[in-house]
Amino acid sequence: MRYAMVIDTLKCVGCSDCVVACQTENDVPLGYCRDWIVETVNGTYPTVNLELKSERCNHCDNAPCVRCCPTGASYVADGGNIMVTPDECIGCGACIQSCPYDARYQHPDGWVDKCTFCNHRLEKGQLPACVSVCPTKCMYFGDLDNPNSEVSQLLKTRKHKTLAPEAGTKPHVFYLI
Amino acid sequence: MQEELFTSGRHIPNIDPYLQIWHWPISVYLFLGGLAAGILFFAALFYLMGKEKEYPTVVKNATIIVPIALTLGLLALLYDLTHKIYFWQLYTNFRIESPMSWGAWVLLAVTPLSFLWVFSYYSVLFPKLENKFQLLTKFKFLKSFEVYLKENRKYMAYALIPLTLILGVYTGILLSAFNARPLWNNAILGPLFLVSGLSTGAATIILMAKTSAEKHLFSKIDVGLVIIELALIAHMIMGYYAGSQVQLEAMQLLVAGDFTVMFFGFVVILGLIVPLIIEVIELMGFKVPVSIPAILILIGGLVFRFVMVEAGQLTRFLY
Amino acid sequence: MTTSRRKFIKISALGLGGVAATTSAINMFGANSYLDNLVKQDLTKNFKRTATYCEVCFWKCAAWTHTNEKGEIKKIIGNDDDPHCYGRLCPRGTGGVGMYNDEDRLKTPLIRTTINGEQTFREATWEEALDLIASKVNNIKENNGPESIALLKHGSPGKHLEQLFKAWGSDTFAEPAYAQCRGGRETGFATTFGSWIGSPEPTDIRDTNCLVLIGSHFGENMHNSPVQEMSDAIDKGATIITVDPRLSTAASKSKHWLAIKPGTDIALMLAWMNVLIEEGLYDKEYVEKYGLGFDKLKDHVKTFTPEWAYGITTIKPEDIRKTAREMGKAAPAVIIHPGRHVSWYGDDAQRERAMAMLNGLLGSWGRRGGFYFKESIKVPSYPLPKFPTPKWGWKEIGAKYPLAQMGLTFEVIKASIPNPENKYPVKAWFVSGVNLPKSIPNKKLLEEAMDNLEFMVVVDTMPMDVTGYADVVLPECTYLERYDHIRSANNREPSIALRMPAVAPKYDSKPAWWIAKQIGERTGVGNYFPYNDFKEVIEWQLKKMGTSLEEMEKIGVKNFPRKSRPLFLRDNENYEFGTQSGKIEFYSQELKDLGFDPMPVYTKHPEPPQGFYRLNYGRAPMHTFSRTANNPNLHELKKENDLWVNPKVARIMDIKQGQRVWLRNQDGVNSVFSIKVRVTERIRWDSVYMVHGFGHDNKKLSRAYGKGINDTQLISSVMVDPIMGGTGMRGNFVEILTENPNTNTEI
Ligand SMILES: Nc1nc2c(c(=O)[nH]1)N[C@H]1C(S)=C(S)[C@@H](COP(=O)(O)OP(=O)(O)OC[C@H]3O[C@@H](n4cnc5c(=O)[nH]c(N)nc54)[C@H](O)[C@@H]3O)O[C@H]1N2
Ligand SMILES: Nc1nc2c(c(=O)[nH]1)N[C@H]1C(S)=C(S)[C@@H](COP(=O)(O)OP(=O)(O)OC[C@H]3O[C@@H](n4cnc5c(=O)[nH]c(N)nc54)[C@H](O)[C@@H]3O)O[C@H]1N2
Ligand code: SF4
Ligand code: SF4
Ligand code: SF4
Ligand code: SF4
Ligand code: SF4
Ligand SMILES: [Mo]
Repeated sequence: MRYAMVIDTLKCVGCSDCVVACQTENDVPLGYCRDWIVETVNGTYPTVNLELKSERCNHCDNAPCVRCCPTGASYVADGGNIMVTPDECIGCGACIQSCPYDARYQHPDGWVDKCTFCNHRLEKGQLPACVSVCPTKCMYFGDLDNPNSEVSQLLKTRKHKTLAPEAGTKPHVFYLI
Repeated sequence: MQEELFTSGRHIPNIDPYLQIWHWPISVYLFLGGLAAGILFFAALFYLMGKEKEYPTVVKNATIIVPIALTLGLLALLYDLTHKIYFWQLYTNFRIESPMSWGAWVLLAVTPLSFLWVFSYYSVLFPKLENKFQLLTKFKFLKSFEVYLKENRKYMAYALIPLTLILGVYTGILLSAFNARPLWNNAILGPLFLVSGLSTGAATIILMAKTSAEKHLFSKIDVGLVIIELALIAHMIMGYYAGSQVQLEAMQLLVAGDFTVMFFGFVVILGLIVPLIIEVIELMGFKVPVSIPAILILIGGLVFRFVMVEAGQLTRFLY
Repeated sequence: MTTSRRKFIKISALGLGGVAATTSAINMFGANSYLDNLVKQDLTKNFKRTATYCEVCFWKCAAWTHTNEKGEIKKIIGNDDDPHCYGRLCPRGTGGVGMYNDEDRLKTPLIRTTINGEQTFREATWEEALDLIASKVNNIKENNGPESIALLKHGSPGKHLEQLFKAWGSDTFAEPAYAQCRGGRETGFATTFGSWIGSPEPTDIRDTNCLVLIGSHFGENMHNSPVQEMSDAIDKGATIITVDPRLSTAASKSKHWLAIKPGTDIALMLAWMNVLIEEGLYDKEYVEKYGLGFDKLKDHVKTFTPEWAYGITTIKPEDIRKTAREMGKAAPAVIIHPGRHVSWYGDDAQRERAMAMLNGLLGSWGRRGGFYFKESIKVPSYPLPKFPTPKWGWKEIGAKYPLAQMGLTFEVIKASIPNPENKYPVKAWFVSGVNLPKSIPNKKLLEEAMDNLEFMVVVDTMPMDVTGYADVVLPECTYLERYDHIRSANNREPSIALRMPAVAPKYDSKPAWWIAKQIGERTGVGNYFPYNDFKEVIEWQLKKMGTSLEEMEKIGVKNFPRKSRPLFLRDNENYEFGTQSGKIEFYSQELKDLGFDPMPVYTKHPEPPQGFYRLNYGRAPMHTFSRTANNPNLHELKKENDLWVNPKVARIMDIKQGQRVWLRNQDGVNSVFSIKVRVTERIRWDSVYMVHGFGHDNKKLSRAYGKGINDTQLISSVMVDPIMGGTGMRGNFVEILTENPNTNTEI
C-alpha cells in the first residue's frame, strides 16, 4: 500500500473548496491551512496560460521532515503517510525548516500540523475530505502499489509532474499537466 | 510576464510570510553553544597538554562561562519551543538522522561535564565563596567529590575534546541539514560554525586572560581561526554561486540584498577583518588593547548567527 | 479518462480493503497516534446529520448539516442523490458553516430612532418591532392601498413574505435575479424557443461535444452542477470555446479562447451565423422542420462575414471560421450557453436571442449534449383562503418594457420617487435577502427612492449595507436554523429537497415564515397563516406527494421519475414550441410588432474615453455577491477584491503590484475605499476587472468592513434594455487614482 494523490491541473478551477473542506473536516483553526491554491500565469495577452493547483504536504518517500525530527513525533505511517503525533512533538520547528514545500505550520496549541491525507478517513474507507468535495473531481486518491488503481492508471497514461523534484524528496502528490 | 500567487490558503497571516518560526533565541543558542564548545575545547586541550599552570585562564577561569552559557543556551532553546511541556520527549528518543536530536544529547553530555569541570576547580576558583558558605567543609561528600573529579580530570578532558568538537560542528549542521533552506544547505556550515565557535571561545579567553602570555597566545590562535573562517566564508559564497537557482537567490540575500549590510558590515568587516588586522598589528608588537578585537569577534559571531538564522528562513524552494 | 460515480465508489471500496491492513499494522507497532485517536473519537462521536439545501447562492444544493453533540455545526456535506450537487458542494456551500457561526450576525430586532439629533438604531423586542411594523403597514394600506407596499426580495425568505403581501392584496414584487441578472436571456430564449431557460439551466453539459461560453465564467461562477459537468466534459474531450475579454478560468480550460473586445458579442454571433449558413454547417433538417424565418435570417447575416466582424470584435476571421466549424461538427451536441448574469449593455435580450438562434441553427434545443426538456414536480399548495386581487402591481410598474416577465427592481425604485405623473406610487418597502446598494446600480437613484419612503423594513441575517437604510431591521436566522419551502427543482429528473433546522436559531433571530405570520396576524390577515409551525405545511405537502417528513429527514432529497415527455426530441417527433408560431422563431414577428428588431443587429456601445478603463466585474469562486465577504471561513480564503490591471497599463500609470489605488468613474463617483492592484496578463489593456461584492461600508461587519471596492458604487450609468427592462451595467469607465480622492474619509 502506498497512498498517492493525483491532481489534474487541466480541470482544477482553483475554487478552494478543498481548502475549506479540509478546514471543517480537520478542525484546522481559522488563520491556518493544510492545503492551499497556487495560480500561475504565463504569457502575454491574449496568448496567456493559466495553471491552478491545489497544494499540500506531498507525503514524500524521502521525507526530510521525518528524518530531522528529534523525537519521532513525525513518522511514516502505514501507506507512506507522513504523520505527526501531537503529544510527542516539542514544537522545535525542525520539520518546518526541512520541508521544501512549506507544508507544515505551527498549530496555535504548539505542535506542528499538516495534511494527514485524512488518515482518519482512509481508515474508514473514505476518501480524503478535499478529494471528496472537489467539484471538478480533479483530485484522485489511491494506492500506487496497485497497478490497476485509478492513480496508477492516470500516472501511466497522462503527462505529470511533481513539485520541486530537485529537492529530492520524492513527492507523492502528482500533478497531471 | 510570469505571475505566481496564492489564490487562497497560504497568504494568511499565520503561515506566509510567517514561516520564520525560529526567532532570536535560536541564534543566541547557537552562539552560546559555539562559544561554550570553543572554551571547553581549549580548556580540555590545554589541560591534556599539561599547560594548566601556564595558562590558568584557559583551563580554569574561562570555563566558568561554559555552564552558564550552556544553561542560558538551553533556556533559549526551550523558550523557542512551542510545545514545551513535551520537552522531555527529546530524551526518550535518539534519532540518528536528526541534528536536533544529536544536539540535545551532546548538550546532555557536555553541560553536566562542564559543571563537573568547573566544580573540580571549586576550591581554587571560588575561595571566597567557600570561606563564606563552607560548603565543602560542611558536606564532606562534596569535598571528596571534588577530589574525585580532580583525579579524573584527564578522563573528562578526553571525553570533552570530541564532544565539544561535535557540539561546535552541530551548531552549523543544525542549519545545514535542511536542504529545504538553500542558504543553509551547504557542507561548509558545520566547519564554519565550529571555527567561528572556537574563535569566539578564544576571544572570550583573551578577554578574561590575566597574563599577557595567555592573551598573546590566543591572539595568535585567533588570527589563525579568523583566517580559516574568512576562507570558509569565501568558499561558502562560491558554493552558492556555483549552485542552483534557489541557491543563487539565497546568495543574493547576503551579497546584494536585505542582509548585505549586516553580513558584510558587521560579520565580515567589523567581526573578522578589522579584528584580524588589529590582532596582527598587536602581534607585530604595537600597543593595542586586545580586548577591542575580542569584543568585535564576539559581536561578529553573534550577528553572524542572527544573519544566518533569519536570512536562511527566507530562502525557499518554491515561491 | 472519466470519473463516473461508479468509479468513485470503487475507490472507496479499495480504501476499505486497506483498512484492515492499516489498523493492524498500526497496532502491531503500537504507533497508534494521538491525533488518529482524537479524530477517530471525533468521528465515532457520530455527528447528527440534518437535511438542508444551501442558501449561500441560488443553486440550492441539497446537503447534510453535521452537528456534534454539543450542538455545534461542524460541517456541511453535499447530498449524493441531489442532481444540483451530486454529493459535492461548492466552496461557498462547504463554508456555509460560517454563515451560522458569524458573530457579527444580526442578533435582535432594531428600530431607527433619533438620539441627540443623530439617527441610530436601538435594540428592540420582537413585540415592539412587529407592532410598529403592523401599525405602519395598516396606515399605508389604508391611505394608499396595499399595492403601494413593495417587496424587494431574493432567495428563500422572499416566498414567505410573498404570502403575506398576497394576503394584503399586493403583488408589487421585484428581485435582482431578473433585471440585474437573467432577465435578458429569458426574453431572448422565450422569443426564439417559446421557453424560458430558468434555473437550473437545462443544459446537457456532461454529454456535450462542444460548449460555447459567452462571458459565462464557470469555475469562477461556481454554480455547482454545471461546473461539475464542465469538468466531465473536459474528461470526455469536449471542445470548449470561451468568448471573454478576460482570461477567465473557463477560458484557460478552453481549446479556443476568443479574447473579444468588450460589448461586441452580437457581431461575433452574427458572423458565426453567417459561417454556419454560408458553409452549410447548420442542422438543415432541424431548421427545416422546426424553424421559422430562416431565409430572412440568411439574408440578414449575408453581409456579416467574419471579415466584417474582425474589425469590430478584433477576433481574427480564421478563428471565427474555425470555431464555427467546430460547433457545426459537434452539432447537435453543442451548447451555446445562455449565461446567467446577462445585463451587460442594454441590448441583452437581443444578444441572448442571437445565442438562442445559434442554438436553433445547430439544432441543439431538445437534443442530447444540447438542451434537455426539464421537468419538475409540483408541490401542492397548502390550503389558504383566496387572495384579494391587487389593483396594480409589478406588471403595471414595468409596463414600459413589454416583454418584462417579472417585477423590475429598477422600476419599483423609480416608482418610489414622488412624481405627479406616476400612477403607481410606492410608499414602503420590505427588503429581504437583497443587499440593494450592492445589487442595484445607480446608487443616487436608489438613495433618493429610499429617502422618500414612508417606511422601510429589512429582513436580513447580517448587518449589511442595506440594513443601514431601514426603519426596522428584523434578524432572520440562517438557513441552517429553519424550515423553508420544499425545494422542487427543474432538472433531468424532478426532485425535491428538504430544509430543516439543524440547530435552534442563535441569538434572538427568527425564521422568515414566523416573521410573515406574526406580521400577518397583526395586520388582520392571520387567517392566511393557519399553522403554528411551518413544519406543518411541509408535512402536509410531503404527505400529498406520497412521501413524509419522516422519510425526507432520512433522505433529504427525493427523485421522482419523469412523467412529461422524453428528455430529448424523438427522431420523428413533431414538437410544438411555445412561441406564437409554435416554431423556433429566427425571425420574431412578436418583436417586430412591438417595434424592435426582429433579428439582432450589432450596435456600437460607448468606449472608454482617454485615461479611463472599462469597469469589468465578475465572481470569485469562494464568494457569493456581497453576502459571504464577512463569512469567517470564506473571508479566510479571499479577504478583499483586487483590481486587475494589464502590465501595459501598470507601466503607463506607473503602478505596482499590490499598490493601493482608488477609482473614479465617468460621472465623478469616487470609490469609498482603496483596492490592491494585481498586475496580470489575464486582462485587456482597455479594461480593469474586480470581483463583485466587496468594499463593505457597514462597520458592524468586523471582517469585511473597508476591504476592497464595491463595483456597484461605480456603476452609475445604466443601459436599460428597452425590451425587458434589464439594467446593463458594463458601460462604466473608471480612472485609476493613486491618491485618496475622498477629502474627509473616516476609517
Ligand atoms: N462563486 C459564485 N458563483 C456564482 C455567483 C456568485 O455570487 N459567486 N452568482 C451566481 C449568479 S446569481 C449568477 S447570475 C452567475 C453569473 O455568472 P456568469 O453569468 O457566468 O457571469 P457574468 O457576470 O455574466 O460574466 C462575467 C464574465 O463576463 C466577462 N465579460 C465582461 N464583459 C464581456 C463582454 O463584453 N463580452 C463577453 N463575452 N464577456 C464579457 C467577464 O470578463 C467575466 O469573465 O454566477 C452564479 N454563480
Ligand atoms: N455590480 C454588480 N451588481 C450585481 C451583480 C454583479 O455582478 N455586479 N450581480 C447581479 C446578480 S446576477 C444578482 S443575482 C444579484 C444578487 O443580489 P443579492 O441577492 O442582493 O445579493 P447579495 O449581495 O448576496 O445580498 C443578499 C442579501 O441577503 C442576505 N441574506 C443571506 N441569506 C439570507 C437569509 O437566509 N435570509 C435573509 N433574510 N437574508 C439573507 C445577505 O445578508 C445580503 O444582505 O446582484 C446583481 N447585481
Ligand atoms: S476543490 Fe478541486 S477544483 Fe477546487 S481548487 Fe481544490 S482541487 Fe481545484
Ligand atoms: S511535503 Fe514536507 S512535510 Fe510533507 S512529507 Fe514532504 S517534506 Fe515532509
Ligand atoms: S516540531 Fe515536532 S514534529 Fe517537527 S521536528 Fe520538532 S518535534 Fe518533530
Ligand atoms: S488530505 Fe485531508 S488533511 Fe490533507 S489537505 Fe486534504 S482534507 Fe486536508
Ligand atoms: S452552488 Fe454552492 S453556494 Fe450555491 S447552493 Fe450549491 S453549494 Fe450552495
Ligand atoms: Mo444572478
